Amino acid sequence: MSETGERRTVRICVNGTDMLAEAEPRLLLSDFLRHTLSLTGTHVGCEHGVCGACTVLLDGEPVRSCLMFAVQADGGELTTVEGLADPHGELHAVQQAFHELHGMQCGFCTPGFLLSLVATLRSNPEPSDDELLDSLSGNLCRCTGYANIIAAARLAQERMR
Amino acid sequence: MKPARFAYHAPETLAETLDLLADADRDVRVLAGGQSLVPMMNFRLAVPEALVDIGRVAELRVLRVEDGGELRVGAGTRQAELLRDGRVAAGWPLLAEGVRHVGHPQIRSRGTVCGSLAHNDPTAELPALALALGARLTVAGSAGRRELDAEAFFVSYYEVALEPGEMLVSAAFPAPRPGSGWSFQELARRRGDFALIGAVCVLRAGDDGRIGSARLVIFGAGGRPLRVDAAEQALLGTVGDRVTAAEVARLVADTVQPLSDIHASAEYRRALAGELAARCVLEAWERCAR
Repeated sequence: MSETGERRTVRICVNGTDMLAEAEPRLLLSDFLRHTLSLTGTHVGCEHGVCGACTVLLDGEPVRSCLMFAVQADGGELTTVEGLADPHGELHAVQQAFHELHGMQCGFCTPGFLLSLVATLRSNPEPSDDELLDSLSGNLCRCTGYANIIAAARLAQERMR
Repeated sequence: MKPARFAYHAPETLAETLDLLADADRDVRVLAGGQSLVPMMNFRLAVPEALVDIGRVAELRVLRVEDGGELRVGAGTRQAELLRDGRVAAGWPLLAEGVRHVGHPQIRSRGTVCGSLAHNDPTAELPALALALGARLTVAGSAGRRELDAEAFFVSYYEVALEPGEMLVSAAFPAPRPGSGWSFQELARRRGDFALIGAVCVLRAGDDGRIGSARLVIFGAGGRPLRVDAAEQALLGTVGDRVTAAEVARLVADTVQPLSDIHASAEYRRALAGELAARCVLEAWERCAR
């Protein structure tokens, strides 16, 4: 048992691959992904749970990786943006729709939007307008005005049917 | 924006958890969903010496309907689990509607019901829901267990009636009485934000077809959710029409004592509390069987 904040072993399955690494208890999951596992697709914006850029899926559910310690995810299954495309590089339907309909501009918020949407469309394949907006309310974008993000969500939804 | 160092414990039983919390020489905090605690630690507004992560304590992962009909929610149960549960949607629609207003989906995936109750943010939905629904809170420490009603549990801004070494282990929400009508109203600047003001109302019609029992709770206007006794009294024996709602709005605005901040003035919040209370009364009465 950790008495002084000493490092602990964390075992996580990330995008289908079992990973094992040491982490100090205070290491945020977002920093563990980026700095320890070198998975820099997960972006870090506000670090206090407001912007949603760091959203990943933990055991299939969307979570903010800046509001969790890596040690809490020990034994869990994570999906990050690196895990969305298939191994041959074919984009996920949500990524493809963002690409085609300009659902992004600078791209900073995009990984969070993609993962929030993947989670939404898996659990609710035909969300109402209100449900769709609610599911994306925890992700902030400063470039697009959201209109193209919503359009991309609808296109992805159609193709995922 | 990085938390300070702390000792981390991840017990697997409640007994072990309570032993760890009993350490009076250290500032030990319970880590449940972490959706309030971790941002505070990132800002170093909270610098606990040790965290006891209850995420692996299976006996706290409780969501069940008890023999007496009440819904028991353990300290490990997440808000999203509550929202996915068909029994909650059918039997406790007010609770479900209120919890849908808590943060964003990513927050509700991790955030726990009991964590929000124990944190007692004055603008949070769950303490107000607990008060409006007459929830009972079970608290445990190494010395034993005790049960408190919501009125006694919520003390003031971010303060609840927990003694050092104690934690909230579960909340029990009584089964709503058949035929009762309810409403949940809040205004936030953006979807998912904490409320500027919120109101919760539960009404029940008496045999004479008029209001026989009433609970009206306002949150975001003081250090704890507030039952407005004067308005509850005024509702009894009336029908939930516009005249009654206007009187409730006046009584609520006269009672609450909100503060001003950059988001809204105290006067605006006072007027808003009255308006939301009035809407609550109309909607709750509409839903009453009578």
